[in-house]
Amino acid sequence: MRRHVSLYGLTVSLPLLIWQLLFFVFPLVFLIALSFWTVRNFRMQPDFDTVNWITMYGRGIFWQAYATTLALATMAAVLTSIFAFPCAYAIAFKLPERAQRWAIMLMVIPFFTSYLVRIYSWQVFLSDAGIINVMLGWIGLGPYGLLNTPGATLLGYVTLALPLVVLLQLFSLIFIDRTLVEAAHNMRCGRLRTVFEVIVPSARVGLVIAGLFAFILSFGDFVSPIYLGGGDPTTLSILITDTTKSGQQWPRAAVIALTMIVTLMIVAFLSIRFAYRGRK
Amino acid sequence: MTLINGGSPGLSRRAALALGAAALATPMLSRRAFAAPTELTMLAWYGHAEPDIVAEFEAERNVKFVPKYYTGGDNMLGLISQSPPGTFDVILSDAEYVQQLNSAGYIEALDPADYPFDEFFPEFQHFPGHWDGDTLYSVITRFGFLGVAYNTDALTEAQASTYDVFWDPALKGKVGHFDWHLPNLGQISLLNGNASPYDIDPTAWDAVKEKTMTLRPQVGGFFDYGGTFSSLNNGQMLAFAGIGDWITGTLERNGAKVRSVIPEQGGLQFTESFSIGKGSSKAELAKEWIQYVTSAKGQAKSAQMAAYPCIVPSQKGWEVLNAENPAEAKRQGMVEGPGSAIDLIRSGRIKYRQLLVQQSLEEWNDFWSDYKGA
Repeated sequence: MRRHVSLYGLTVSLPLLIWQLLFFVFPLVFLIALSFWTVRNFRMQPDFDTVNWITMYGRGIFWQAYATTLALATMAAVLTSIFAFPCAYAIAFKLPERAQRWAIMLMVIPFFTSYLVRIYSWQVFLSDAGIINVMLGWIGLGPYGLLNTPGATLLGYVTLALPLVVLLQLFSLIFIDRTLVEAAHNMRCGRLRTVFEVIVPSARVGLVIAGLFAFILSFGDFVSPIYLGGGDPTTLSILITDTTKSGQQWPRAAVIALTMIVTLMIVAFLSIRFAYRGRK
Repeated sequence: MTLINGGSPGLSRRAALALGAAALATPMLSRRAFAAPTELTMLAWYGHAEPDIVAEFEAERNVKFVPKYYTGGDNMLGLISQSPPGTFDVILSDAEYVQQLNSAGYIEALDPADYPFDEFFPEFQHFPGHWDGDTLYSVITRFGFLGVAYNTDALTEAQASTYDVFWDPALKGKVGHFDWHLPNLGQISLLNGNASPYDIDPTAWDAVKEKTMTLRPQVGGFFDYGGTFSSLNNGQMLAFAGIGDWITGTLERNGAKVRSVIPEQGGLQFTESFSIGKGSSKAELAKEWIQYVTSAKGQAKSAQMAAYPCIVPSQKGWEVLNAENPAEAKRQGMVEGPGSAIDLIRSGRIKYRQLLVQQSLEEWNDFWSDYKGA
């Protein structure tokens, strides 16, 4: 059936359309154009030259950084989802309604503080003379090099994404039809089996979307790889800053940024397709 | 209560008029006190428009600085190129970027007679890169040296007095880099014995690359401005390449056990200088600021900047600093005589950090990215 566009519908959707045009489509078009500009003597010049694409895609460090970023973001999405699930499950199924509201509020609180400050505070825990190594020293262990490692970068990614992932998983779990769980129990299905065969499939869309957000946040993050990973190994976000430090090479940075956007769009498309697979 | 000429009690009409006129005229008598301050925009590294440096000038001239801080010369050029002419009244730049600013037409020519060059050490009276022939474009205000920064608990000054210390097995994973190719690779170039570290032929450049790559297993991280401070402060990095007293001096003042030394292979020198932005509508005021900050009093203040200390090129400035804060003058080597900052320059141990002569900046930066990813 063909739908008619009403004035009311148009009025309501117009701000979103304008917003998307102004802050997504136009900048994206400019970014694409910028990737074909050239730089001469520190000055960008409008042009249509594929040199930036050829140069960046021809460099080993670009693909190395790409693989590193992809791997770290995937690990962050998986780890964050695994850490978040027991928490979201407990809030959704074990807590009374009043306690659920408190738990949701506690999950929102991390968003009130600066991510940068939270990452810097991890340095106090992870450094060689930090809290963790001091405590390990009490039982005769360490010190271990925890800071400036890929593991520390992952910890930063989890710090960034965990509250959001818990919330998204929670909203997905809360709306699961409880009669399905009761039916599983009535049919002598064990608790763990109920989780994996009833709850997880029922909440699949929400769980996948939550993991996708963890991936998106981690893939583009600059703060954790720099301040917890010590800039080593190089991620795509670090490579962007490196590129701009070289004689105003913003067009090459645009190539990296566009590659990141395309990657995120592909991952988002595949994730959503997986999430809704088999649904009508 | 007495009524005089039917006026208000105790106040004649004439007195009331006089009082009213005086009240109305008061703001006119002290217009400066009531006038809104003139805004002067400054593009600079962090700290240059903070109260410890500009408060006195602001109060004297009824000026309010509006700073825009950058981190690095490329960032500065980017900000200028993306802004309309006249956006920035005063621009602070490292020497190697002054020529870029000039060739792009971003800065005004200056009259050398306006500035106290006669109070400067001779080495800074005609500083290379700030002049185009006999035309002056920028006035040097501060400089500093880059060498080996080290944790004083982990290394002695004698141990840190060579760039070879970065390869010490005891420092594996504890060597940090300030994440900018120019100072780091310049230092390796010095270690390789290049008298002009930034003017090297392809063979020497290959040797620099090869030597640098051997350092990679020792490196614990590549840090920006904030990361450099914290990793030195918390002892995570025990030796640092690409920086000097401008970082360790600030930390040392706050009690951290770090210091910088100029190694036997020599050090690099960076400079900071002020220019007047092209198209500035407040060029006269900008000129007065540069005069203030290059005066003996301004120089002493600048040397002790809270954000990061630096050496100043004014001999008179050294005298004022020695009178005001002899300990800081001594710490920074601003006491004339053997071992002073100027003595280091005159003995040939210091080379200017500059743009590359035989390679492109891009070539060095691309190698730097490869090195980081190795």
